[in-house]
Amino acid sequence: MIRFDRVFKRYPNGREALAELSFELATGEMSFLTGHSGAGKSTVLKLIALLERPTRGQVVIHGCNTSTLRRGAIPAFRRQVGVVFQDHRLLDDRPVYDNVALPLAIAGMRRREMDKRVRAALDQVALLGKERMFPLELSAGEQQRVGIARAVITKPPVLIADEPTGNLDPDLALEVMNLFRRFNSVGVTVMVATHDVHLLDRFPVRRIHIEQGRLASNPDVAA
Amino acid sequence: MSLPEELRTARPAGPRTFGGAASTWLERHAQTLVGSLGRLARQPIATALTIAVIGIALALPTALYLVVANARAVTAGLGDTVQLSVYLRLPMTPEVARKVARVIGARDEVSQVVLVSPDEGLVEFRALSGIGEALNALTENPLPWTVKVRPAPSHDSALAVEALAAELRGIPEVELVEADTAWVRRLNALLDTLRQVVLLSAAVLAFGVLAIVGNTIRLDINGRRAEIEVTKLVGGSNAFVRRPFLYSGFWQGLAGGLLAVGLIAAGLAVLDAPIARLAAAYGTSFSLAGLAMREWLAVVGGGAGLGLLGAWLAAGYHLHRIEPRA
Ligand SMILES: Nc1ncnc2c1ncn2[C@@H]1O[C@H](COP(=O)(O)OP(=O)(O)OP(=O)(O)O)[C@@H](O)[C@H]1O
Ligand SMILES: [Mg+2]
Repeated sequence: MIRFDRVFKRYPNGREALAELSFELATGEMSFLTGHSGAGKSTVLKLIALLERPTRGQVVIHGCNTSTLRRGAIPAFRRQVGVVFQDHRLLDDRPVYDNVALPLAIAGMRRREMDKRVRAALDQVALLGKERMFPLELSAGEQQRVGIARAVITKPPVLIADEPTGNLDPDLALEVMNLFRRFNSVGVTVMVATHDVHLLDRFPVRRIHIEQGRLASNPDVAA
Repeated sequence: MSLPEELRTARPAGPRTFGGAASTWLERHAQTLVGSLGRLARQPIATALTIAVIGIALALPTALYLVVANARAVTAGLGDTVQLSVYLRLPMTPEVARKVARVIGARDEVSQVVLVSPDEGLVEFRALSGIGEALNALTENPLPWTVKVRPAPSHDSALAVEALAAELRGIPEVELVEADTAWVRRLNALLDTLRQVVLLSAAVLAFGVLAIVGNTIRLDINGRRAEIEVTKLVGGSNAFVRRPFLYSGFWQGLAGGLLAVGLIAAGLAVLDAPIARLAAAYGTSFSLAGLAMREWLAVVGGGAGLGLLGAWLAAGYHLHRIEPRA
């Protein structure tokens, strides 16, 4: 369950990104997060992944209030949330395999099981056979998919993605969104920030629409 | 199309049983251990320089320690060479001289006495001094009866020898007692000072090793900022992020320790022949003492320990300041 309770976020430079934002996403629910550029979508996801903390208000993820979490508990918290970053955040000096396997290495998984998992994840994003390549040798869309494989590899109960289809052609975008849908169907709570209108129309999932850091009253109008 | 088995359970990955946990832990450490070696090999010059500095920093106090230990070994054998010369009063009859020598020889602190008559003394003096011609001009022998006293091994320290000399001076027939122990005392004081110098320099250089390793680790951390940030982004704990740096410090310290041991061994090998020649020239057979197995291990282990500690301090200080920003 993801709950935002009158969340107010002001960045250190004084910029107010979110104001009085409240919404709730049930466990196992999937939703699109929409809004214009600069509306605050990435900020919402950063608050969920605990890369930022709310200035006021509460963000509660699976019963865990991010404002009161101890510093030492943050790594364990982050392992429960799979994140696809808008700018990929891959390690350019490590091959695809290492990038995707990183969360498993952190969890201390054995090599044999790791191999199986990495292959399964790369298969899901249509990158099988590119394990030994380096991120900069891949296209933007391929890099994005490496990031997706890394986000899902630990089977986290919460999965959030920031523009995961931004660099993908329509077919691949559909593939990726289907992948998220499949995760959602086995109980993962999924939130995808996007302004891909085609996808919005093809997937009948809930939309949370924000405008200038506030929840818009009627999402369908804005979409 | 449905999710494959490998990605299905919505449960965090990780070991389930304790045995599994333990062996995974070992495997993980083994991987990092080897991984950190590979990383060091990728910056051969920086790594080699660090190891060289650590090696020299460890070799210096070790060499000084060996100098002191060997000097001690030399002076410990001084009982063989320290002896007292007891000159008896003039005039003196042979009977009284022999009685005094017997009395001195009966003491517990004394292991051996040799009585030298004035005639024997003159012969010896002639042979040693090389002024035999001049001595022929003497009408009578000016030398006194002399008792050469060798202290018992249990009483051959400088202090004990001084005490014995004082006792012997109390014998009425004794004119003069010569015991040249001052230089032994001075030498021992010097060695005590040197030992303090060894300890002090070891402490200073150990601090230096910590600083060197710490600085290398700091540079390494700065160079791998992106990697650290991403690792923390996907849930890597401080301990996880720190581990490769600890191993890197450990390896560098270990290699520095081995280098120090190599330098010392080489130094001993080079000095061995000249020292043997020197000893032969003095008619003794002295050979340089090296390090005992325990001491070799202490140098190598000390290097590894200092490397680990330096890395731990540096990593603890610099790593927690790198927090991921998205
Ligand atoms: N680290 C930051 N420091 C200061 N201001 C920020 C920071 N990140 C975002 N902002 C500001 O907060 C507002 C919301 O930004 P956010 O990145 O959440 O928008 P977005 O909806 O994700 O936009 P886009 O669709 O372009 O990615 C913007 O006005 C932005 O300038
Ligand atoms: Mg954004």
